[in-house]
Amino acid sequence: MKGTNLGEFEELVLLTIAALMSEAYSVAICDELEKQTGRSAKLGVVHAVLNRLEEKGLVKSKLGEATSTRGGKRKRYYSVTAAGKSALLKAKEVRDNLWSMIPNMSLKNI
Amino acid sequence: MKPRKEIRPPRLAEKFLSWYCRPELLEDLQGDLNEYFHRNAKSRGVLRAKLIYAIDVLKFLRLYTVRKPEFINILINWIMLGSYVKTSGRSILRNKLFSAINIIGLAVSMSVGLLMIGIISDIYSYDTFHEHHDRIYRISSQYQWLENKNDHGNASNSMMVGKAMQENFPEVEKTAVLHTGFGGDLQFGETTVSLNGLWANESMFDVFSFTLLEGNPATALKQPFSIVLTETSAHKLFGDGNALGKTITLNKDRQYTITGIMKDIPKFSHIKFDLLGSLNTREITKEDDREWDWDNVWSTYVYVLMQPGTDIEAFQSKLNAYARQNDNLIPNVKVYLGCQPITDILVGEDLNNQIGPTFGKITFWIFIAITAVILLSAAFNYTNLSIARSLRRSREVGVRKIIGAVKGHIIGQFVVESIIISLLALVFAFGLFILLKPHLLSLQGDLQELLVLDISPALVGYFVLFALMVGALAGIMPALFFSKINAVKVLKDVSGIQVFRKITMRKVLIVFQYCISIIFITSMFILHKQYKHFLAFNLGFTTENIVNVSLQGNKADPIVDDLRALPEVENISRSRLITSTGNYWGAHLKTEKDPTDSALVWHNFIDENYLPLHDFKFLAGRNFEAKPDSAKETEIIVNQNVLKRFNIASQIPADAIGETVKLDNQKVTIIGVLSDFTYGKADSKNSNEVIFRYGKKEAAYLNVKLQTHNRIETQAKMEAIWKKHDSVHPMYAKLYTDQIRDSYDGLEASIKLATFMAAMAICISSLGLLGMVVFTTETRLREVSIRKVLGASEGKLIFLLGRGFIVLLAIASAISLPVTYLFFDKILLVQIGNHTSIAPFEMFAGVIGILVLAGVLIGSQTFKVARANPAEVLKNE
Repeated sequence: MKGTNLGEFEELVLLTIAALMSEAYSVAICDELEKQTGRSAKLGVVHAVLNRLEEKGLVKSKLGEATSTRGGKRKRYYSVTAAGKSALLKAKEVRDNLWSMIPNMSLKNI
Repeated sequence: MKPRKEIRPPRLAEKFLSWYCRPELLEDLQGDLNEYFHRNAKSRGVLRAKLIYAIDVLKFLRLYTVRKPEFINILINWIMLGSYVKTSGRSILRNKLFSAINIIGLAVSMSVGLLMIGIISDIYSYDTFHEHHDRIYRISSQYQWLENKNDHGNASNSMMVGKAMQENFPEVEKTAVLHTGFGGDLQFGETTVSLNGLWANESMFDVFSFTLLEGNPATALKQPFSIVLTETSAHKLFGDGNALGKTITLNKDRQYTITGIMKDIPKFSHIKFDLLGSLNTREITKEDDREWDWDNVWSTYVYVLMQPGTDIEAFQSKLNAYARQNDNLIPNVKVYLGCQPITDILVGEDLNNQIGPTFGKITFWIFIAITAVILLSAAFNYTNLSIARSLRRSREVGVRKIIGAVKGHIIGQFVVESIIISLLALVFAFGLFILLKPHLLSLQGDLQELLVLDISPALVGYFVLFALMVGALAGIMPALFFSKINAVKVLKDVSGIQVFRKITMRKVLIVFQYCISIIFITSMFILHKQYKHFLAFNLGFTTENIVNVSLQGNKADPIVDDLRALPEVENISRSRLITSTGNYWGAHLKTEKDPTDSALVWHNFIDENYLPLHDFKFLAGRNFEAKPDSAKETEIIVNQNVLKRFNIASQIPADAIGETVKLDNQKVTIIGVLSDFTYGKADSKNSNEVIFRYGKKEAAYLNVKLQTHNRIETQAKMEAIWKKHDSVHPMYAKLYTDQIRDSYDGLEASIKLATFMAAMAICISSLGLLGMVVFTTETRLREVSIRKVLGASEGKLIFLLGRGFIVLLAIASAISLPVTYLFFDKILLVQIGNHTSIAPFEMFAGVIGILVLAGVLIGSQTFKVARANPAEVLKNE
């Protein structure tokens, strides 16, 4: 079901956007993802995901201010939409449900 | 000034990105990449950062980033193309003179390009009809005696190598061994025809894809005394009758059985023959004592069909190892082996002793280079002329731009225009191609055999493609130039545009083009004078009205008797050689006084009629007397050079009569001394010591002196007599003077080539000059008008405008004339014996012609400007 299902990387990006709040633009998202996950996030991949999320209506974007480091180009800021929020919550719910089904003992023995 | 400002992402990558990226995504992407770029520039250095930027740009090339082609744009482009064609047509019609000049200029040089394409297409069609042509290789050889390694290898090889290929090399699937010299007169019943061919072994038809129409390809050449005929040969001998299985007699000697009829050899085969004989016949007939010797590498050709997927380098090293094993077989001789793909033979490595004519690598590349120079030169002229006309067209471009044309549209318009011109030029070039084709092919005997230059649909396709390319090449510079014009400036003030600042470059090119023209035309005049000189050269004997008939192995006496019966025949003599056409036959001569001084002298066997018939001048002594064939050789007649060379009788002719000398260790007496004459060719620098020996039976030619006005009728009568004595071979008879002219066909070809090159160069340089003149006069139109208003005369104005060009032409002459003179006087002509010196006429005729032509060009344009009404010109400003 397109529109609601989230891939793992999509979920991470969406969460990062939510976490960064008003500072969420592509480079910052990349940096944050690298910091949090410890693995390198390629700009091209992040861009593709952002584009897809926007297509699904989970995020929306607006153009911001230009800076000199960007060669006079404006930033595109992303924010999570209501649909995005519900998708995130749904994903979390699925995980929480699954976690709660695991008895404490069974994980300790692994 | 912040240093950071100088660090920029690579421009090309930036442009590429903005070209392909969707506009709505572009700004964000650019910004991100810039941010990363600056970050990387700090941490990893500018160079790495640039590289990463470029790679990232490529990585972003994804489906969602790429701009979708818009239907409307395509539609507009199509509509615009129609408009381009229309406006181009109008512009071509409006400037008829310029269009004609452009079309002719391009056509002339394109015709050379077309010839080149024809040649390339012919050459690369060679030997591709063989089914396995990618696996067929020829084994070549290189001969070394002591330390003297021949410069070039040989295409031929030894029988021994052919055998070894079959036996010792598992990577060789099949080996075809060919040997030259098979053929002669084939007789079947009453019919006899003369054919030339090759000996070939049984694998011939496995390696090569020659098709057998009748007979079994696997066994056709297996048995000794087998013959395979081509269709045409079979037709000559048997007409429409059946040939297979018939027995024929070769050279009135051995009987051969016809075991196969082959389809005629395709034109594009480097191996050509009328018939094949089975190679193992030679083992029975014992043709050559040295047949299987390691160093007998002159008449055998070895072709191998490699197993699929063979490593050729490994095979080459095995060949080397094999050749070194055999170093000791023949003392002091080493033979190196090589292998060459069959498709490389025509324009590959220059090898000696080829089985048929080849083109040669060097000739091929020289030809390509000349073509490229001519084409570039012509394209440059087009550019030159178009930009020279920019003053007229710039307003049009300005208006277009203001209406909304972008750069692309302007470029499109001008490129389309030049492509149309080049396609029109193609039509003329094609006509020239048809016209030049026979001349090119007749330039040299081999070319006629090698090339056909047939017009096929593919070839026409190449021609059109070529015209499109030339058009684009010639048009791109003016197109870019016009696309950069600033519309506002142009409309405000035409003279404000900066036209082509590299004026010095153009002057240099004009001088260069004129130098080339002068060199070629002067060379043509000089060579032509030499040619005329040699044809009229006084050889020391007469060649007038003498027809030389080749005996072709027939008995002379009956033919002579019949010919003498003709009333037109004044006299007939016999000789071994036709001298003064480049033939030589040597013998060793020494005197009795000084037996250690032996030298090579040239000789000819003649009969008693030869010397009087050719009007040789006796200084002393007498002519030969008629003698029977069985008589021992006791007398010779020498020329003065022989007396000088050996210092016989103190070089006094009268005293030399009766002296004895040793000719090839046989004692002979000098009975006559002739004044010096030319034995070899008049242009050769070989020594000229000549002796005449008496030998009727040695004769290969009859020298028939005629006294007739109707040569054609006489020729027919002679041919009728010939037919009576030899029904197999056609008569080979030629006027002595024609034979001498034929012997200079190399010189004649050079003259033709120089004439052609001169015409081409003059054409191209004249157009270049015209472009320059037009450009200069148009830019100075206002200046000229003001001068005129102030009182300058027309003559002075013409001088003012033309002065600069006269200087350029003077420089060109000053450079090229001495170069040409020195080249001919010091390098080329010194290698030619008996050449005539260069006279002022040859040196200056061409230059004056070119200067007059250039003068007319300059004059016509400057005159027009000088005559213009200044009021008209100044009113328009």
